[in-house]
Amino acid sequence: MAVLSTPRSAVQLASKGRPVREHLFRIALIASLGIAFVFLAALLSYVLVEGWPRIDSRLWENMPSVRNPDIAGAQSAITGTLWVISLTAVLTLPTGIAAAIYLEEYADKTRWWNRVIELNIQNLAAIPSIVYGILGLGIIARTFGLGFSVITASMTLGLLVLPIVIIASREAIRAVPPSIREGSLALGATQWQTISRQVLPASIPGIATGSILALSRAIGEAAPLLMLGAVSFIRFNPDGVFASYTVLPIQIFNWISQSREGFHVLASAAIVILLLILLLMNSVAIWLRNRYQKRW
Amino acid sequence: MATPPSATAPGTSPSLARSRPRHGEQIIKVVLLLAALVSVATTIGIVVSLLEPTIRFFGEVSAVEFFTSTSWGPLFEPPGYGVLPLVSATLITTGIAVVVAVPLGLGAAIYLSEYARPRVRQICKPVLEVLAGIPTVVFGFFALSFVTPLLRGILPFEIEIFNALCAGLVVGFMIIPIVASLSEDAMTAVPRALREGSFALGASKMTTSVRVVLPAAFSGIVAAVILAVSRGAGETMIVYIAGGGQPNFTFDLGKAMQTMAAFIAQAGSGDVPIGTVDYNTIFAVGSLLFVMTFAMNYVSARLVRRYREVYE
Repeated sequence: MAVLSTPRSAVQLASKGRPVREHLFRIALIASLGIAFVFLAALLSYVLVEGWPRIDSRLWENMPSVRNPDIAGAQSAITGTLWVISLTAVLTLPTGIAAAIYLEEYADKTRWWNRVIELNIQNLAAIPSIVYGILGLGIIARTFGLGFSVITASMTLGLLVLPIVIIASREAIRAVPPSIREGSLALGATQWQTISRQVLPASIPGIATGSILALSRAIGEAAPLLMLGAVSFIRFNPDGVFASYTVLPIQIFNWISQSREGFHVLASAAIVILLLILLLMNSVAIWLRNRYQKRW
Repeated sequence: MATPPSATAPGTSPSLARSRPRHGEQIIKVVLLLAALVSVATTIGIVVSLLEPTIRFFGEVSAVEFFTSTSWGPLFEPPGYGVLPLVSATLITTGIAVVVAVPLGLGAAIYLSEYARPRVRQICKPVLEVLAGIPTVVFGFFALSFVTPLLRGILPFEIEIFNALCAGLVVGFMIIPIVASLSEDAMTAVPRALREGSFALGASKMTTSVRVVLPAAFSGIVAAVILAVSRGAGETMIVYIAGGGQPNFTFDLGKAMQTMAAFIAQAGSGDVPIGTVDYNTIFAVGSLLFVMTFAMNYVSARLVRRYREVYE
């Protein structure tokens, strides 16, 4: 908006007399954005070049090995990631969407408890992820007695990304104009009928986009899982929600910690796989946003 | 609104009042409320899980030693419980990150909000989002195996393989998108009338950006920076991988250091027996980190609310 508000001629008029400083400032601004982009480009090309020799079927067909980087793979980490993220989605998406519906459609903003819930969600979104690891260790693994299992990891990651799901879903629900609700209520629908048949279908694209972004955050998250047993050496695929597990970011971390060069190549290859998964999910989210976004 | 039955359709009684109580609707509302309460339960869970072991920790280790001693080594013999090395390492890496992220992020935000054409913005913003979406373990790997060797090649002084400088630099790049996108939001919220007034008085584009838009968006920008700082202070994987695992009370940026988050990750990933002082130490450091980031987020949220009140 700001760009449109400054007509070209006005700028030219104004900058007469001080062109050098104006020019240097503009260059400095572009450079700061450019430095960030160069960093990103260097990072992406480094992992791609480094990992290229090892991006082959060994990576997803073989199990991890601490001895021989040539035959080591990440199969248990890939299946572990699928298990943990699927369960995270099952646990956190319904909870987050339900909470968003409550806050947008039912909550009376003048009541103190509803304001507490809102403030609390904002605060949760900013708590460091390692602190969620402490929650997972102290409460979910120990007090609930779920141990170091897929379900502990999923519950911890689910709570970590819950604020993201709630905030994104609330925005999607808020974007549905009140006239839709009023029309439905006027035709005699109950409040829940209005929500489930009018508001939710209209806000699904926005909710889906936010949910995918939240899950892609969970896929890349390593810090809390370090405390929840994912670092142990796992050479089998999880066979249920109570099984031991490892995930891709933790497997990458393990390989980084090895001193031999072969494992660093392997880590790069696994990073490329991880980034491809994230890229795919983000593309789907952007496609959803552009394809189904409604302008009321 | 009690309409007499005879006045409308004969034979039926179309009362506008509910024909029967809808228990289902009430149950749904309660279920949705319970889902919203999960977030409150999370906060309570975090506080409870931190509090109990922390209290036990201070039962065995004096608070004076914890906050003033400069020797940290709970797993050594004799053990040291001074948290200062961890705090100083956290402050140093976060400080380096701020030195990187604030100028670059702010420059990017001014460019995107005041200078860039809509098409350029449309391309640049998603690229910044990509940077924001990269897992921190990937940043950590890049820091250790690319940035540190690069720094060792070009810097005139010696740095170790694990060092605070590299960890801080890369954390800085990680938080650039936070500074840039939140500051840009704050600057776009500045009414265009302010810019037009400035141009009408003959100010140049640079003067308008720096002397009018920047001060007008100042509280929003400060909030963005505080949020980024708190993200940097709580960041774990980068500082754990690139900063090394030794607590070190030093201000030499080329040395290995262990931040609070890195200590929690390191000690928490080992098999520490529950109930021991070592186990409780993790939670005591966690409490300190929680309180520090919580305070920063609180200030940031207050500032955001204040600047919203001004322009909305």
